[in-house]
Amino acid sequence: MLKAKQNRSLKLDINSRWIKVASPIVAVLLALLFTSLVLIFTGTNPLDAYRQILNGAFGSTGRVSDVTVAWVPLLLATTGLLITFTAGLWNIGIEGQITLGAIFTTGMMRLLQDSSLSPAMIITLSMLAGMVGGALWAGLAGALKTFGGVNEIFGGLGLNFVAMSLTLWLIFGPWKRPGIGSMSGTQPFPQTLWLPTLDTLRVSPWAVILGILAIIVIYLLLRGTYFGLKLKAVGKNIRGAYLLGVPTWQYMMMAFFVCGALAGLAGAVQVTGVYHRLIPSISSGYGYMGLMVAMLVNFNPIWAGFVAFFFASLNIGSIQLPIVLKLDSALAGVLQGALVLAVLMVNGARQRLLRKS
Amino acid sequence: MGTDQIIIGLAYVLASAAPVLFAAIGETITERAGVINLSLNGTILLTAMGGFAIALRTDSLFLGFLGGMALGSLIALIVAFSSITLRQSQVAVGFVLALTCRDLAYFLGNPYMGLSGPRLPSFRIPLLKDIPYLGQLLFQHDLLTYFSFILIFVAWFWIFKTRPGLTLQGIGERPEAAFARGANVNRLRYIYVIIGGALVGLAGPAFSLSIKAGWQGTISGLDGIGWIALAITIFGGWNPLRAAFGAYLFALLQWLGLVLQPSLPGIPSQVLQVAPFPLMILALLFVNIGNTEWVERTLALLPDSTRRFIARILRSLRASPPAALGVPFKQE
Repeated sequence: MLKAKQNRSLKLDINSRWIKVASPIVAVLLALLFTSLVLIFTGTNPLDAYRQILNGAFGSTGRVSDVTVAWVPLLLATTGLLITFTAGLWNIGIEGQITLGAIFTTGMMRLLQDSSLSPAMIITLSMLAGMVGGALWAGLAGALKTFGGVNEIFGGLGLNFVAMSLTLWLIFGPWKRPGIGSMSGTQPFPQTLWLPTLDTLRVSPWAVILGILAIIVIYLLLRGTYFGLKLKAVGKNIRGAYLLGVPTWQYMMMAFFVCGALAGLAGAVQVTGVYHRLIPSISSGYGYMGLMVAMLVNFNPIWAGFVAFFFASLNIGSIQLPIVLKLDSALAGVLQGALVLAVLMVNGARQRLLRKS
Repeated sequence: MGTDQIIIGLAYVLASAAPVLFAAIGETITERAGVINLSLNGTILLTAMGGFAIALRTDSLFLGFLGGMALGSLIALIVAFSSITLRQSQVAVGFVLALTCRDLAYFLGNPYMGLSGPRLPSFRIPLLKDIPYLGQLLFQHDLLTYFSFILIFVAWFWIFKTRPGLTLQGIGERPEAAFARGANVNRLRYIYVIIGGALVGLAGPAFSLSIKAGWQGTISGLDGIGWIALAITIFGGWNPLRAAFGAYLFALLQWLGLVLQPSLPGIPSQVLQVAPFPLMILALLFVNIGNTEWVERTLALLPDSTRRFIARILRSLRASPPAALGVPFKQE
């Protein structure tokens, strides 16, 4: 009888291990199936579309470099979000935090561009200003949450739209191009103030270094410090953490500040390394995408690096779709969303199966 | 501005609030049952595109609206299945759906961009339409707007004045107690989430077949409406009457933004268009701040009369969510 029970638990163990390996594969297949059905619905051969995306992302060195250009801000946003997710917070306001980072960076560069400081110094100071800007905007969402009782999802969303209108006001008002303001953004900065790139490619090694640095810092913060441990306690059980003497609201604010600073850095990279000016949609949706990546990687910053690269390649690859197949590039978002949804649902189904057996 | 223009403007406010009202009341019903459907922004965009495409293809407005409602229910069903049956985070599923449905709308709607299609005609109610002022304000709209007026009171009556409505409140506030009294909590939650989703799904075609007829892709100006509707649900304290007030207030602000535009040349139009969002934050702040601990502590320090005065204001503004909102119920 005991033996039979042991046998059963052993079998269940093997089963659950198999399920654990199989479930991500099932999720990917489900997402591909859904996206393929959508493509067939519009009368497109799904294989054609996927081939174009692959070609658009990896077809040449220039394209791989473009994927890397998109990878850095997405990664910076994602690593920041791992901190707020650990504290149990849904920092949807990250889009606005990226935007404010870009605004502060642009502001500092406008202030210093005619000074006698070296370009390297100006860029560094401006990017630091961007981090401060992002952190302040996140702090606002955090203060609304901790002192005003406003859920961070709604406070953050509202602040996203405010950040967007602030950008538009700056572009059409005080920072408008000589002559007339336009949707193409502010006057571009001189090339000496661009983040240096690898010869003719668009990717800057400095930006890549910042991204990798962010992975390392967040990894160490979450895995090796008391700060990370207490943050986890706040996220898992806020009441329990409070009773154990963790100053909960201070930790929540800290999480907002850290995430906001990284988001601000993403905005700074967009200004100094990608657009070289402030444009209306400077955050490029990397904040919302970062939320999806962060949901997929189960608090693991190293995984975040890989998944963010995959998402970035989908975004860059799908630029080919309107050019070659006359399809909307929003397909990338459909595939990404379907993937996250499939992972959530397969996870739920797996847990349900294990509960039943 | 003459009286006539003001009446026409206010009539426009009442009509243009209808879509947001459908979404906010749908979400109110959903959340009263204890489930958050965060997908509103995507649902509204996808049903706006889908409803328009169906109406254009079949040349039937009715099928367009029906299709939108069916799509809305389907998306709500995904939320219900993932959260009730699979016990995944409602916020996570809803948020991902909000993004995915938006992109799906842009992707599938590409061939329909800028096409002109059918539009709901206005239906003037005989006799009533001739009442001075009031007739122009209330009785010269399309059928959808009349339905929005009726829906406010039907939803309010259902939730607060009927027996099934009492059960609905129960499954959102104290599901164990409702279960003990014989309510099938999870099945009821499914039903209300799907009904709520159908109402949200009506909001999309209410835009694309009536208020902002047509589909314009990313420049439709509909991106963000769903988030506003969610905020109005909270502002409305999960009460259809108060939610309706919020929806009309929002529409009024948007209209004022349009009207005031020429007299404020220094402010670009994009800024006025987002003006409701900071106001939304402020409104949420007023509604929620009475729930925080530090306010209570600070109030205790004030002299008695001042304290009672402030406490009364805060209490009248305050809104608390259904106690079991977002919490899965294990029904075994």
